[in-house]
Amino acid sequence: MSMRTPLSQVRGLGSAREGTAHFWHQRLTAVANVPLTIFFVVLLISLQGADHATAVAVLGSPVVTVFMLLAILSVVYHMKLGMQIILEDYVQGEMAKVIWLMANIFFCTIVALASVFALLKISFGV
Amino acid sequence: MSQSDVKAVRPLSPHLQIYKPILTMVTSILQRITGAALYFGMLLVAWWLVAVASGPAYYDFVSGLFGSIIGYLVLFGFTWALMFHLLGGLRHFLWDTARGMEKGTRDKIALANVIGSILLTVVVWIIVLAVA
Repeated sequence: MSMRTPLSQVRGLGSAREGTAHFWHQRLTAVANVPLTIFFVVLLISLQGADHATAVAVLGSPVVTVFMLLAILSVVYHMKLGMQIILEDYVQGEMAKVIWLMANIFFCTIVALASVFALLKISFGV
Repeated sequence: MSQSDVKAVRPLSPHLQIYKPILTMVTSILQRITGAALYFGMLLVAWWLVAVASGPAYYDFVSGLFGSIIGYLVLFGFTWALMFHLLGGLRHFLWDTARGMEKGTRDKIALANVIGSILLTVVVWIIVLAVA
């Protein structure tokens, strides 16, 4: 016997079957972000006032590129998850919510792809 | 009864303006605000990386903007938002283990979050200005 109300049965929404995936991915990237952002801040300080050749040499060295790629991917996924929650909390109306959630994914994809492409170009040779 | 009628008579729960602001509440809101600010701040990171990849002329142009007074102010704010959100994240890790939620303890950690973020920001910028 179903415990759901008639209205709930008609809507047929129920669980999205995603469980705690959002929370788990949020915390996973949060843990990764701690060392990666510290690495990024230290890198930025060391590149303070650097000329182009120096910036390319440092950012293009394999270890730095790999850690920068990890930082970008982890941070962008983390911020996509975070902004999704903010939008789900505050945007009124289903259509507006879907549009904003799409805009969030587009924004994050563009930021990530631009950064990853730039890093690979720097590393493989400008 | 149509759906709009149901919504019209539904009582609203009290929101922010009802409550007296307390430290743990303020830091919780700041965690979200700094997160949203960092979200858009990542545009600057992507822009800087693209500038490096674009060659010396464009890199010098973007470096000049970041090195201006306004650029420094934006980066200073970026640094504080990052430090606050980072320490706030550590606070959440602590809570995930069901620790640090007691009255008194949670206020001390919240205060440490605020003071720590300011201290870290100042330390980072002392190093930045010393290097420059």
